[in-house]
Amino acid sequence: MGELKLMKGNEALAEAAIRAGADAYFGYPITPQSEVLEYLANHAEKRTGMVILQAESEIAAINMIYGAGGTGKKVMTSSSSPGISLMQEGLSYIACSEIPCLLANVVRGGPGLGTIQPGQSDYLQATKGGGHGDYKLIVLAPASIQEMVDFVKLGFDLAFKYRNPVMILTDGVLGQMMEKVELFDQIPRSKEIPRWATVGKPPTRERNIMTSLNLQPEPMEKHNEHLQAKYREIEKNEVRVETIDCDGADYIFTAFGLTARICTKAAQLAKAKGIKVGLIRPITVYPFPYEAYAKYATKVKGFFDVEMNAGQMLEDVKLGVLGKAPVEFYGRMGGMIPTPEEVFKAFEEKFLGGKA
Amino acid sequence: MSDTMQVAENLVYKKPKTLLDVAMHYCPGCGHSTTHKILCEVIDELNIQSEVVGVAPVGCSVIAYNYLDIDMQEAPHGRASAVATGIKRVLPEKLVFSYQGDGDLAAIGTGETLHTCNRGENILIIFINNGIYGMTGGQMAPTTLENMKSTTTPFGRDVKKMGYPIKMTELVAHLPGTYYVTRQSVHTPANVRKTKAAIKKGFEYQRLNKGTCFIEVVSNCPSNWKMTPIDSNKWLVENMLPFYPLGDIKVPSKEEN
Ligand SMILES: Cc1ncc(C[n+]2csc(CCOP(=O)(O)OP(=O)(O)O)c2C)c(N)n1
Ligand code: SF4
Ligand SMILES: [Mg+2]
Repeated sequence: MGELKLMKGNEALAEAAIRAGADAYFGYPITPQSEVLEYLANHAEKRTGMVILQAESEIAAINMIYGAGGTGKKVMTSSSSPGISLMQEGLSYIACSEIPCLLANVVRGGPGLGTIQPGQSDYLQATKGGGHGDYKLIVLAPASIQEMVDFVKLGFDLAFKYRNPVMILTDGVLGQMMEKVELFDQIPRSKEIPRWATVGKPPTRERNIMTSLNLQPEPMEKHNEHLQAKYREIEKNEVRVETIDCDGADYIFTAFGLTARICTKAAQLAKAKGIKVGLIRPITVYPFPYEAYAKYATKVKGFFDVEMNAGQMLEDVKLGVLGKAPVEFYGRMGGMIPTPEEVFKAFEEKFLGGKA
Repeated sequence: MSDTMQVAENLVYKKPKTLLDVAMHYCPGCGHSTTHKILCEVIDELNIQSEVVGVAPVGCSVIAYNYLDIDMQEAPHGRASAVATGIKRVLPEKLVFSYQGDGDLAAIGTGETLHTCNRGENILIIFINNGIYGMTGGQMAPTTLENMKSTTTPFGRDVKKMGYPIKMTELVAHLPGTYYVTRQSVHTPANVRKTKAAIKKGFEYQRLNKGTCFIEVVSNCPSNWKMTPIDSNKWLVENMLPFYPLGDIKVPSKEEN
């Protein structure tokens, strides 16, 4: 059993980065995730020699990631919504150049400067590419501090397996709250140099180039096809989803991250009234677990999607259900967190004509 | 070069090994190609091919990596020095340089340039100042001279409306993070030699870990200046050099060396 600790989400994420053997972190302060950089500044270098640098902006940070990631090192950044928006051009370059890296978006309510309270309103940006061009990030949505920790390790593994950026899509509550976590043991920093890394060209190999450019459309289309084939592979292999009590359920609640925990409570309220409710929680929001919805679409009376946004995952839920059952939505925006009672009440109103 | 090629007995010049034997896309007479060549000569002479990682910008030199036989990365527009920072921080033993145009380094990438130099990143920045956006077809650059015509200043740059040409090299020389700052050019063989010597110092100083080396190359853009290569070099002497005077701006003090 690994070391048990009571930790704040952002600090747990940072601790996991050190333990995962990350080589470098480049970031810029923004609430509600500044503790990641603060914690790393305090602990990382003296423990593993990990490089920690506060960049002058998120634009600089993501480009430092591009450079350092291109050398084959395990690199990571984190930010919150406005900062992640600034990183989008760099992410598009990184995805196209197939540089592995890990980033965390500790989402706050938007749009604009929004609030510093939690949100889930960057779902579409995270899962549909976010920047320009046809590309995808692998997106993991933790619902506990334990998953914040575990997904750092998983995230690095997936990033290197597919040479693709991986995002941990979390929120201000998970970043700020404390929970008990089991930490994995320290993984030594790797000394391996991937064959594609730009580390200086020895006479024994061709030069390595990190670029996203092709002046000719034909090879650029070929590269796009290569990327798309990789995404299909990811969709085939990497879907992760949690389903609770869905067999025999009359209704299925669905949510990701923090709202999934709220929905678990709301489902208990329903069960106390004798209503059979299940829960589908996508763990990877890209690749999205469409099949989990398709499987139950003909068996339930309806799906109830809850998010801290105006209905973003809703589009994917509907693609999974494909019109075979009613899908209703309840959302709070701008940093507001729904309570389980409120969620249950909304469910009653939408599906049960007001009262269970 | 192929092995079967006859080598002249009295060979006085040959292509640097690091410069790949491919046709360049640069316009005839463009300073980019000359600068590439001397950069490769320096890499050959210092025998550092296996230690160098370069960063290409977005601009006419975006595919510099097609010509240089070294590991390279191609940065988003303006971010080359941030990309170079990332590389150097995780590979402190390697020799890292960025190669950037004036739009790239002094407009969209001003922030990255200043902060890279201010942190004193141990990298070499080669800055090609041709007073114009070459790649996108001759728009005003931050370095475009007062009254100079471009496609976006068709009546000449009106500094009251468009601001003043910016001297990045003087600016970064003020920062304690820079170690060696110089402005050179490649419009005559004598100047080419001086620029080459500067680039050589830039790599040699990098091993000392004393801060950023910054080399401006005042260059030309015959195509967008709408001149022959020879006229463009004449124009450079008469117009660019009075405003961007050549020479060292910051050199390591004697006792340091
Ligand atoms: C984000 C972004 N904005 C704009 C451009 C378009 N663009 C490409 S090169 C360039 C200017 C290049 O000029 P300079 O840096 O002076 O290089 P030169 O071609 O003169 O060597 C611009 C504006 C781009 N590629 N990316
Ligand atoms: S457009 Fe100007 S800068 Fe670009 S290659 Fe031609 S001459 Fe050189
Ligand atoms: Mg230019």
